[in-house]
Amino acid sequence: MTRIDAKFAELSAASKKAFVAYVMAGDPDFDTSLEIVKGLPAAGVDIIELGLPFTDPMADGPTIQLAGQRALEAGMTLDRTLELATKFRETDDSTPIVMMGYYNPIYSRGVENFLDQAKAAGIDGLIIVDLPPEEDEELCIPAQKAGLNFIRLATPTTDDQRLPKVLQNTSGFVYYVSITGITGAAEAQSGDVGPEVARIKSKTDLPIVVGFGINTPDKAQNIASVADGAVVGSAIVSKIGAGEPVADVLAFVKTLADGAHAA
Amino acid sequence: MADDLFNSFMNGPDERGRFGIFGGRFVSETLMPLILSLEEEYNKAKDDPTFWAEMDDLWKHYVGRPSPLYFAERLTDHLGGAKVYMKRDELNHTGAHKVNNVLGQIILARRMGKTRIIAETGAGQHGVATATVCAKFGLKCVVYMGAHDVQRQAPNVFRMRLLGAEVIPVTSGRGTLKDAMNDALRDWVTNVRDTFYCIGTVAGPHPYPAMVRDFQSIIGKEVRWQLPELEGEGRLPDTVIAAIGGGSNAMGLFYPFLDDASVRIIGVEAGGKGVDEKMQHCASLTGGRPGVLHGNRTYLLQDEDGQIQEGFSISAGLDYPGIGPEHAWLNDIGRAEYVSITDKEALEAFQVSCALEGIIPALEPSHALAHVMKIAPELPKDHVIVMNMCGRGDKDIFTVARHLGFDMSDTEGRDMD
Repeated sequence: MTRIDAKFAELSAASKKAFVAYVMAGDPDFDTSLEIVKGLPAAGVDIIELGLPFTDPMADGPTIQLAGQRALEAGMTLDRTLELATKFRETDDSTPIVMMGYYNPIYSRGVENFLDQAKAAGIDGLIIVDLPPEEDEELCIPAQKAGLNFIRLATPTTDDQRLPKVLQNTSGFVYYVSITGITGAAEAQSGDVGPEVARIKSKTDLPIVVGFGINTPDKAQNIASVADGAVVGSAIVSKIGAGEPVADVLAFVKTLADGAHAA
Repeated sequence: MADDLFNSFMNGPDERGRFGIFGGRFVSETLMPLILSLEEEYNKAKDDPTFWAEMDDLWKHYVGRPSPLYFAERLTDHLGGAKVYMKRDELNHTGAHKVNNVLGQIILARRMGKTRIIAETGAGQHGVATATVCAKFGLKCVVYMGAHDVQRQAPNVFRMRLLGAEVIPVTSGRGTLKDAMNDALRDWVTNVRDTFYCIGTVAGPHPYPAMVRDFQSIIGKEVRWQLPELEGEGRLPDTVIAAIGGGSNAMGLFYPFLDDASVRIIGVEAGGKGVDEKMQHCASLTGGRPGVLHGNRTYLLQDEDGQIQEGFSISAGLDYPGIGPEHAWLNDIGRAEYVSITDKEALEAFQVSCALEGIIPALEPSHALAHVMKIAPELPKDHVIVMNMCGRGDKDIFTVARHLGFDMSDTEGRDMD
C-alpha cells in the first residue's frame, strides 16, 4: 500500500473528497518552492503533484510552460526535484507526492536509476504525460514493480473500447482530464464531467480525480462533488508566477481545498 | 534484429512503430485514439489503388513530377572525379520536396472527413506547401511558425497568407521550429475532433515517420528508373546524398535503395558553426544522444539532464534538435553514414551551384552539395553520385546576402535583421 492508497482509504472513511494541488518544482526558485510545498498539507492539500520541469511540455498551456522555464532558469534539475521531495519528507511522512512531467528527463537518467532515486526521495506515484498504455514497458511496468503508483490520464477521447487498456496498468487513482486541450485552457463543466466519471467508475474500483480547467473554489466543489477529488494546477501556478508571497499563495490554495472538501 | 531475418532494411517499422529502439508513440492519451485511427486509415489508403491514382494524377499535373534527374556536367568537370547528378525536386510546385508529402496527408485528411489542417514550419517550405494544397482543396489551414523564423523567412510568411493560411508566430519556449511543433501538438490536443495535423518530416509519433517516408519515396523511385535512361540498363547510383533536418527528403531518396548493398548512403546534417563547439549546430546524430521528444524516440540535442537544447544553423529548415527515427536506426545499424557540414561550407557550395550550374539552391541541399564537393574529387570518373536538390534558394537570398556582406536594403526596400 502506497501513501496514495492510504490517503484515499482515509478520505473514503471520512466521506471526504480529495483535493490535489499541482506546483512546479523549483518555481520560482528552489527555496521558495520548498516553502510552498511544505505549506500545502496545512492548506488542506491531500495529494501533492510535483511538476518536473521540462523544456518542451507539449500538453501544458502557457502558465505551466512559463513555470517550467522559470524553474529551469533558476537551475532546477531532476536531482534538485528529488532533493526537494526529500526535504519535504523530513517533516511530512504521510502526504503523497506524485511526480508529474514528461519522459525524456527520466529516460535520460535511466529508468532503473530513476526509480531507485524517486523511491528513496519519498515519491509515491508518477504521471508521465507522454507515456500512453502503448508504451507501458518503458516506465509504467518497471515503476509498478518498484512499488510506485503509475497514474494514467483518461480523456474525453478515451472511448469505451479503449478504456480497459487505459485502466489495465493504472494504480493509485485515475486522473480524468476534463477537457480536450492543454492545462489551464478551457473551463471544465461539472455537467459534462459527471457522466464521464460514472462511465470510468463502472470499469474500475480506483478513485477518479478530475483535473484541467478547474480554477475557483466553486468549481473545485462542483467537480469534486461528481468525482473522488479535484486537481488544481494552473490557477495556483499563476499566483506563484505573479510573484505573490508564499502566505498568499497558500491562502488561495486553502480556499480551493475548502471548496473541494465541501463537496 | 527482425529486419535481418528477412534480409531487408525496408520492413520497418514494426507494429509498435519502432525502427529498432527508435520511433514509437510517445503522445498524451488525448491524441492516442487519433493516432491509432490515422494508422488504420493510412493502412487502408496504402493498399487502395484509387488513393495512389489520385496521388499520381496530382503529382503529375499539379506538382510537375517526375522531377528531372540532371547531370551536373560543369560541376562534375570542376570537381574532377565522380559524375554528379542532381535530383531536381526544387522544380516542384512550391519549390521543394515538401509538397510530395503534403498531398498525401491532405488526401488522407479528406478521406477521414477532417476540415481543418494544422502544420508546423521552420523555413516555411512545409507551411507554404500545406497552405497551397489546402487552398486547392478549400480546407482551413493554420500554420505554426517560430517567431524567430517568421522574421528571417518573411517572404514565405507572406506566401502562406496569400494562400489563405493563418500563420501563428510561436513565442513559447524560444520561438523556433521545435516550439512550433509543440504548439501545433497543443492545438491538435485541443481541436482533436475536426483537425488533421500535417507533419512536415519523417518524425513524430507512428505512423508519421513511415507515412511521410512512403510519400517522399517517390523521389528515390524515380531515380531508380531515371538513372538507367541516362547511364544504361540496370545502373544504380554508387552514392546517394541528401541533407537532413528531420530527414524527409533524405528518407525519400534513400528508402528505395536500402536493400541495394552496392549503394552507399550518406546523410548530411547541419554542422552550423562546427559540431565541436557546444550546441552551435543541429547535428543530432553526430552531437546528440537518444531521447524522447515529439512522439518518438530518436537522437536529440539535449543536456545531461534530458532538457532539449536549441540547434543552430544558417538554414532554418535544418534547425531542429531531432532527426527522424528511421535515420537514427540506419545510423546505429550502419546502413547509412551521417556526416555534418558547416554553415561556411554550405555557403561555398551554394555559390558554386549558382556559378557553375545556374541553379540557386536552398541552403538545405547546399549542405548535401558541400559534401558532394568534398568526396567527388577522390572518386573515380565512373562513380555516380545522386544528390537531392530538394529545394530552391529564392527564400534564402536575404540570408545569403547578409552572410556575403551584400546590402539588399536599397534594392528591396527592406532591412535585414
